[in-house]
Amino acid sequence: MRYEAPETVDKAVALLASMGRKARVLAGGTDLLVQLRAGVVEPEMMIDIKKIAELRSIAREAGGFRIGAAVAGAEIREHADLRKAWPGICEAANLIGSTQIQGRASMGGNLCNASPAADSVPALIAAGAKVTVVGPAGRREVPVESIATGPGKTSLADGEFVVSFLLPPRPAHASDAYLRFIPRTEMDIAVVGAGVNVTLDAKGVVSAARVSLGAVAPTALVVEDAAKALIGTKGEAAALDALAKAASAACRPIDDKRGTKEFRIQVAGVIARRTAAKALERARKV
Amino acid sequence: MSKHHVTTTINGDPVEYLCEVEQTLLDVLRDDLLMTGSKEGCASGDCGACSVTIDGRLVCSCLVLGVEAEGRRIETIEGMAKGDALHPLQQKFLDHAALQCGVCTPGFLVAAKSLLERNPNPTETEARYWLAGNLCRCTGYDKIIRAVLDAAAEMRRS
Ligand SMILES: Cc1cc2nc3c(=O)[nH]c(=O)nc-3n(C[C@H](O)[C@H](O)[C@H](O)COP(=O)(O)OP(=O)(O)OC[C@H]3O[C@@H](n4cnc5c(N)ncnc54)[C@H](O)[C@@H]3O)c2cc1C
Ligand code: FES
Ligand code: FES
Repeated sequence: MRYEAPETVDKAVALLASMGRKARVLAGGTDLLVQLRAGVVEPEMMIDIKKIAELRSIAREAGGFRIGAAVAGAEIREHADLRKAWPGICEAANLIGSTQIQGRASMGGNLCNASPAADSVPALIAAGAKVTVVGPAGRREVPVESIATGPGKTSLADGEFVVSFLLPPRPAHASDAYLRFIPRTEMDIAVVGAGVNVTLDAKGVVSAARVSLGAVAPTALVVEDAAKALIGTKGEAAALDALAKAASAACRPIDDKRGTKEFRIQVAGVIARRTAAKALERARKV
Repeated sequence: MSKHHVTTTINGDPVEYLCEVEQTLLDVLRDDLLMTGSKEGCASGDCGACSVTIDGRLVCSCLVLGVEAEGRRIETIEGMAKGDALHPLQQKFLDHAALQCGVCTPGFLVAAKSLLERNPNPTETEARYWLAGNLCRCTGYDKIIRAVLDAAAEMRRS
């Protein structure tokens, strides 16, 4: 196995294009190095993308934020402006693993590993975040929800990798939240995860909303019916009930050791409701 | 495949080594540099026994490649005591009997030191969450947490 740590996007693209599927992009390694040790992946080359400045920075852009794909969870936690504008994305990214895992784990890796239970993905989808993908044909910008196509599978073409996430500008009275259900309080994988992003008008009526669920289908879901249940309301109990129902109805979960299908469907409603209530409460304060 | 030549700093000392890409930083530390203080409990990021800091950031050395240490600053458990003088955390672990077999101890100490560098006055909850990635199979966590909080109090006094 070879190791390369290019310092520019162009060099990384050239390496990745020349090696095709025999190369693997290395970000924090918290999925990849576990898979390597288990013999699940046997790449001929590791392309470490952490020396590329663009992949390691958080910057203001177009009234929003651009976050490098390889920025570690701990760096997200330490960015006060980002936490203020996007508390839901930050809490989702910071739920990934322990303090030690946070020192390395990135949202780019979380997305491209394509686990249905990836915590940052529903929060990014709810935010309406875009990803910049680069490859031999240049750059393209696509919604986060278009990347994962199934467990462990992505829509990235040979030679492509994710450069950064772009979060849109924040209007007044807008905020987000992410909650997950796990059997214990730390160090476990989501049974259900929910990301909710809301914008209120001056009277406190929801003018825009996005809801995304993780771990209840082969990829994270965009649940439009749940968002519709909120829009035009002030987030009263009846609206939250309707949102919970829509969330449960959207689930296509599996049975596993962490929960049965029936359990996941029910919990998805409960968690979506709590997450929406939290996002609404935050939005009323900003 | 030829080995990689890595130049790095470990516990303040310049260090050079040759390693295969497949070797983790933990493999290099233990097998090549014979710094066996960092332990391998799981090799999958779950137990924290291999905790080190890289450029001040707490990580699992079992999930870092040896080649990634190039040009970085690594701190391990071996750098914690200054000669015979134990770090206050080490002394408090002894005082509170916060270890039995000791396999988890280096990881807990490195992780706790990293906590106290950022937060000299953590609450019990903050300490428990910070250390949630460190597993202990024999002592139980109460004594460990008490030792950490007591060390923090002592370090604030001095
Ligand atoms: C102990 C432990 C606990 C964990 N807990 C959680 C948890 O609570 N929630 C959760 O969601 N996950 C969890 N994980 C999984 C993992 O930490 C996350 O998925 C993490 O975000 C992966 O990021 P990384 O930077 O380490 O990715 P890597 O391991 O470096 O990469 C993951 C995959 O994505 C590819 N990749 C990485 N970056 C890019 C890019 N920019 N473009 C294209 N492909 C890329 C890699 O080639 C690889 O296939 C845990 C892992 C461990 C070991
Ligand atoms: S050996 Fe690294 S976390 Fe267990
Ligand atoms: S003292 Fe034995 S594992 Fe902690």
